[in-house]
Amino acid sequence: MNWASWSDFFAMGGYALYVWGSYGVVFGLLAMEIVLLILKKRSILQQLDRMRSAARRGLQ
Amino acid sequence: MMYVTPENTATGQDRFVGHSSWFRYSSPQTFFPLAGKLVPWFAVAALLFAAAGLYLGFFVAPTDSQQGEAYRIIFIHVPAAWMSMFIYVVMAFWAGVGLTFNTRLSGMMASALAPTGALFTFLALWSGSLWGKPTWGTWWVWDARITSELILLFLYFGFMALQAAIDDPRRADKAGAVLALTGVINIPIIYFSVQWWNTLHQGASVSLKSAPTMAATMFAGMLVMVLALWMYSIAASLVRVRCIILERERDSQWVAEYMSSLK
Repeated sequence: MNWASWSDFFAMGGYALYVWGSYGVVFGLLAMEIVLLILKKRSILQQLDRMRSAARRGLQ
Repeated sequence: MMYVTPENTATGQDRFVGHSSWFRYSSPQTFFPLAGKLVPWFAVAALLFAAAGLYLGFFVAPTDSQQGEAYRIIFIHVPAAWMSMFIYVVMAFWAGVGLTFNTRLSGMMASALAPTGALFTFLALWSGSLWGKPTWGTWWVWDARITSELILLFLYFGFMALQAAIDDPRRADKAGAVLALTGVINIPIIYFSVQWWNTLHQGASVSLKSAPTMAATMFAGMLVMVLALWMYSIAASLVRVRCIILERERDSQWVAEYMSSLK
C-alpha cells in the first residue's frame, strides 16, 4: 500500500494539481461525451417521431 | 458524372449484401441492432477495466524513484495517446474501405470515430502538459512528439469540419476519406518522433523488441487502462454510429419500422 492515509493519497506527494488535474479533466470530458451522445440520440428519435407524425397528418 | 444521392441509396441495397455473409453487416440496417446489443457489454467492460486499472495505478504500482507521485499521470497519458493514434488508423481504414468498396456503413464508422479520437488527442496533450510542468519545468515545448500530436488534433478537426461542410453525406464521406488517408502519414511520424529527432519527450516505455523499462505492476496498470479506453471508445463510437445511421436512413422503411417498435 502506497498511502498512509486518505489525505496522503489526495496530496499525491505534492503533485496533486498535476495528477488530479489530468485525471479530473479526462474523466470529466469522457462523462461529457457520454451525456452529449445520450442527448444526441434522444433528439434524433424525437425529430424522427415528429417527422412521422407530420407525415401521418399529411396523409389524412 | 453521376453522384450517389441519399434518395437512391436509402431504399437500395449495398452491392455486397446478400452475396456473402462476410458483407452482411456492412448494411446499416443489419448493423444497427447488432451495435445496439453490443454497446452495454463494451460499456460494462470499460467500467471494470477502468476500476482495475486505477486500482493498479494508484494502490499497487510503487512510487517512482525519480518522479515521485507525478509519474502516475502515465496511467492515463499513455493510454490516451495510444488511443488517439489507434483510432485515427481505424478511422482511416474504414474511410479507405468506404472509398474502395462504396459501402455506406464504412463512411459512417469513420465519421463516428472522429470525435472520440479528437477527444483522446486533446486529453493526451492536456495530461502531457500537466506531466511536463513538474518533470521538465514547462507546460509546452515545440518538440517533434508534441507538435506531431497537435497536428493529429488538427487532422481530426479538419476531417470533421470537411464532412460538416458538405451536404451530401456520400460526397462528404469521399472527401473525408481522402483527407483521413493522407493524414495517416502523421501516425508513424508521431510514433517514431522520439527516435528520429532530439526531443525532450522520453522514448517509448514499451516496445515489442525489449522488456518494458518499468516495474511489472506499472506496466500492468497501464495496459489495463489501455483496455478500458479501448472498450470505452468502441462503446462511444457504436452509440454515435447508431445516431448517424438513423439520421442518414431516416426515410427508409426499416427506420419507420424501428420507430414503431419503440412505441
